[in-house]
Amino acid sequence: MTPEVAVAGETTDLRFRDPARARGLARALERLCAEIGRERVSVMHVCGSHEQAIAKFGLRTVLPRRLDVIMGPGCPVCVTDLPEVDEAIVLAEDGVVIATYGDMLRVPGTTRSLAEVQADGGRVEVVYSAAQAVELARDTTDQVVFFASGFETTAVATAAVILDGPPPNLSVLSAHKYIPPVMEIVAEMPGTRVEGYLAAGHAATITGWGIFERFVERHGIPVVVAGFEPLDILAGLVELVELIRDGKREVLNAYPRCVTRDGNRNAQAQLWRVFRATGGRWRGIAHVPNGNLRLRDEFAHVDARRRFAIDVRRLWTQAPPTLAQLCICGDIMAGIRSPKDCALFGRACVPESPVGACMVSSEGTCRIWHQYGGHPDLRSLSPHDSDRLP
Amino acid sequence: MSASERSVLEGEAPRAGRGEATRARAAVKPTAPVRGPDDIITLKHGAGGRAMRRLIEETLAAGFTDAAVDGIGLAAMDDGAAIRLGDRWLVVTTDSHVIHPVFFPGGDIGRLAIAGTVNDLAMMGATEVLGLTSAVIIEEGFRREELERIQTSMLETCREAGVRVLTGDTKVMGRGELDGIVLNTTGVALADAVVPDAGLGPGDRLVLTGTIADHGIALMAARRGFDFAGDLRSDVAPLNALIRVALAAVAGGVTAMKDPTRGGVASALHEMAQKSRVGILIEEPKVPLRPEVRAAAEMLGLDPFQIANEGKALLGVRSAAAEAIVAALRAHPLGRAAAIVGVCTSERIGQVVVDTGIGRRLLAESEGEPLPRIC
Amino acid sequence: MCLGVPGRVIDVQGFTATVEFWGVRREIRLDVVDEPVAPGDYVLNHVGFAIRRIPEAEIAETLALYELLLREAEGDMMAADVRGEIEASSTGPVP
Repeated sequence: MTPEVAVAGETTDLRFRDPARARGLARALERLCAEIGRERVSVMHVCGSHEQAIAKFGLRTVLPRRLDVIMGPGCPVCVTDLPEVDEAIVLAEDGVVIATYGDMLRVPGTTRSLAEVQADGGRVEVVYSAAQAVELARDTTDQVVFFASGFETTAVATAAVILDGPPPNLSVLSAHKYIPPVMEIVAEMPGTRVEGYLAAGHAATITGWGIFERFVERHGIPVVVAGFEPLDILAGLVELVELIRDGKREVLNAYPRCVTRDGNRNAQAQLWRVFRATGGRWRGIAHVPNGNLRLRDEFAHVDARRRFAIDVRRLWTQAPPTLAQLCICGDIMAGIRSPKDCALFGRACVPESPVGACMVSSEGTCRIWHQYGGHPDLRSLSPHDSDRLP
Repeated sequence: MSASERSVLEGEAPRAGRGEATRARAAVKPTAPVRGPDDIITLKHGAGGRAMRRLIEETLAAGFTDAAVDGIGLAAMDDGAAIRLGDRWLVVTTDSHVIHPVFFPGGDIGRLAIAGTVNDLAMMGATEVLGLTSAVIIEEGFRREELERIQTSMLETCREAGVRVLTGDTKVMGRGELDGIVLNTTGVALADAVVPDAGLGPGDRLVLTGTIADHGIALMAARRGFDFAGDLRSDVAPLNALIRVALAAVAGGVTAMKDPTRGGVASALHEMAQKSRVGILIEEPKVPLRPEVRAAAEMLGLDPFQIANEGKALLGVRSAAAEAIVAALRAHPLGRAAAIVGVCTSERIGQVVVDTGIGRRLLAESEGEPLPRIC
Repeated sequence: MCLGVPGRVIDVQGFTATVEFWGVRREIRLDVVDEPVAPGDYVLNHVGFAIRRIPEAEIAETLALYELLLREAEGDMMAADVRGEIEASSTGPVP
């Protein structure tokens, strides 16, 4: 982060982190919102990585006060429902080696998380890549189950290793999610005040931006596909608010270095050869038709759900999964209600034992409220007696 | 498990009807957590974050913290204890070291055990070490050759720090009863003045003695299967000589010190801010970070502020003394990248705000052992 | 939702490539990317798989687009000082 080290490496994206340009784009946004003239302009991003980047670079403090950027249901890990986590927990308890991405470790199931199963002697391995799960299986004679989470972007990696002919002791427990259907759900939520969507650039790298054309037609709301560097996000917001100002209902691609109209066709072919979309619950949100990706029959021999009898009911006798029913994450994500409207918030639902997606995610609305008592406004903070550092 | 039976859960999860949900609402007393998240100890309880602090306060330190100590006792939860001896202080600290792998790029458990205890003493202002103890518990089957390598490394690190091991203890446990080797070191030292964690005041500057996150990222990259190649090395080093230089640069110039080990700079800053009753504003572009470390952290989705260091110190210094102290640190080989990275405020007490160069964010405290993310 | 990091291809061996990310190298699989990849190319890596070859021309084009958005904002008085700031800035590796 010191200038002399930062510029030493050959990098492309430091150019997309230039503070002066970021402030310039923020002011363009300010002007656009002023031109719209309304007290509040609300847009939603549907991507956890957008929220991570917004948080990491402190973008909320440079956004216009009247622009409300709502965090949508864009974290595939947080929306993984209790029974899906329970399946992995039952397998781990039964002695199977679970390989999974680090994000999944602390996501609570009905009675506990994989991290707790691991502490109890369960064999849970964190992997960086689906390919690493394959290596893990090659190195052992034990059964290895890859508990696979993530949106379509991540599912293509799972598809690739399945098509590559994995070792016979590897199977896949898919908790993969597909984004486009949940956008429909949110757009149709009664009381929603979302006027435009910032779509996820890396999912669109796979699916292409053309997939949003029908969505725009159906709902009459503009969509802008954006990348993840500070300038990408701010420029995406500028384009989106411009569309709102002009009353234009169209799809714009503000991430052309990665996203094309048709997307990555090779990846799509692999994805849909291996997976089919089925309905399922997203934690704290809703039943999402076609929102879950499950293995096709052709790959039953790799599908953990078909190879093992996974009886999660034994967990439910210990603690019936009723708490989740009280969770209002869906409304919070849609910007209709706030955490203080929730009966569980701060009592049965806390960061150490979260119930809903908004408390699971480190950037979730409930988590942030719990930690800081609301959305803190950091714009006004002035260091005591001092000035900026030399 | 039979291979023929299918999961009971293909497709939809069972949902309670409306009436059931209402009953559940009545049945759930939202005043008490329904699940006991802390019934068993998990790795997060040892990762230096909030979970660990709570566990210690609620169990291990309970009953010891109210003992009246003339000096710094357990209640302060500092790097060590300080007991008054006439007009000087006897500083004592102890640390058990477990690490996987035992040998890692840039160091090993032996170097870590010596440096860790020497640094905890130094963070109290005690740079003149009287002596160390070394207690080792070894798993049956551990290779003698590795033990000899660890011993050589401990000797070398002691020489570097100008300290000696004066007494020790050895135990062997059965296979599987522990993971390889556990090394405990205790250190005693004398100090003329004690530097606590809680000494920050508004206007004080925060100084980092060098690049952050080197240790934690090197360890993660070295782990099986992650396969990151590049110059990623732990920074583990004894800091007593460096700290001596900083303390001598300006009399009374250093107001607080902490080594940002587990939980990283984020945990150290939070602890210092809370104990000192100040807010902290960090300017991220001033924080020293090697490009390789940043790259690996970005690939793994980790925040360098939450990653462990083993050869760095975080100093609170009076603003008038800041430049002189940084100059003195930079003249020492272990402090070449030292920099003023932040300032204490009288607003937002107990919180840490990061100015990213673009905007501002609240620095999150680590939730436990950092895990790589995909999203 | 999906952490993607761009890196430069150093070497290609069949369906894997050695990719450099600011001094860190890792083997990245090429099963998913839809174009041939050669040393010197930039690729977008997600969980150890290249999901896109990033044409250099597109990077320049994106930056040009952002410049355009900034210039549009320049009509506003407030943006003038930002423009000055950008021109005065010597730290960022801006082309």
